[in-house]
Amino acid sequence: MMAVVFFAAVAALVPLGVGADLKLLGRIAGGVLWVAAVLAALLSLDRIFQSDFEDGSLDLIVLGPLPLEAVVFAKMCAHWLTTGLPLTILSPVLALLFNLPAGGYDALIVSLALGTPAISAIGAIGAGLTLTVRRGGLILPLLILPLISPAVIFGAGAILASLDGLANGAFPLLGAFSFVAVLLSPFAAAAAVRLNLQG
Amino acid sequence: MTALSGLDIEALSLWRGERMLFRDLAFSVSAGEALQLEGPNGSGKTSLLRAIAGFLEPRAGTIRVRTPGNEHFASGEERAAFIGWLGHQDGAKSQLTPLEGLSFYARYYGNTVRVEEALQRVGLSRLGDLPAQYLSAGQKRRLALARLSLSARPLWLLDEPLASLDASGKTLVTELVSQHCKDGGLAVIATHEPLGFEGPRLALGNPQT
Repeated sequence: MMAVVFFAAVAALVPLGVGADLKLLGRIAGGVLWVAAVLAALLSLDRIFQSDFEDGSLDLIVLGPLPLEAVVFAKMCAHWLTTGLPLTILSPVLALLFNLPAGGYDALIVSLALGTPAISAIGAIGAGLTLTVRRGGLILPLLILPLISPAVIFGAGAILASLDGLANGAFPLLGAFSFVAVLLSPFAAAAAVRLNLQG
Repeated sequence: MTALSGLDIEALSLWRGERMLFRDLAFSVSAGEALQLEGPNGSGKTSLLRAIAGFLEPRAGTIRVRTPGNEHFASGEERAAFIGWLGHQDGAKSQLTPLEGLSFYARYYGNTVRVEEALQRVGLSRLGDLPAQYLSAGQKRRLALARLSLSARPLWLLDEPLASLDASGKTLVTELVSQHCKDGGLAVIATHEPLGFEGPRLALGNPQT
């Protein structure tokens, strides 16, 4: 819920800062909404494992019958369902604020739907690595923003390409990036959590 | 409950950072026994329990559990399936009520035990619908004991189980552990206060030496 409000607030602030140049706003809409989505998802990422770690639940979960990788995958999905999915649904409404041309809406929704799972997936690795770091939420963005940047490039690029009526090669790349991230992250994040439980 | 016939520890050395806690530790616990770990603060009781649970990789030595079919499990991930854990923290989610929390763990651990009975056993039946953030430290401890008893795991690892419990709570711990041992379970208990029953004891050394 916080993520959605934050997303809306950031996206609403940009037109105020940039000014009433409708043409410009329409061009930058995709990029701004993508960056706002990444920042909103970051807000809750550090809590993926930390609250369970602090109250001792993580020990009990690790000793349970599910492999830790499966638990991590479930937590990634939960994070996406509470951030990525609502942000994707809300994005067309915010795009109205930017006067996004009619041709861009499909690309906006598809690119966010394809790309936001990668944010949750790569974010889970960062959350696992910073689990025992005091104020780990501050280091987490430094770790994962570079890794997420391909999703932002392909996602925002796809929206621009569809505005210009160009052939769109960004969607397959974005999809592939997201797929690989979701596939591999549970293993990396679980290994990071195990390492931090050693302490 | 899958049964275990014993826990064997050989030549175990544990380090915490650059400091050695102990080395060449060896002991065995067999089914029906509860080992009480004693020792001053910092002597490595919690680390030993975490090593047995598989959270902490020992520098040297082996930790093995034995099943009655004479199978041995030495890796941490294999041992995990036998372990009932009661750590320093109670693992109570502040937004969840005791009933919700216990139901989650009962399902997660694949158990069909009635959650209400487990709550009644630890004297929390009237607080089943109160979010855990309103429970006192002792009540949260009782909740953790209820969760332990319905985990149906043969090897209990208890870290200071008596912390913040009142007199009847302490009796409750003794009863739960005795019952668990009578059912063929094992327990390793780190404690400063003696529990009210006889059993093997292990004193870990002074961290200064």
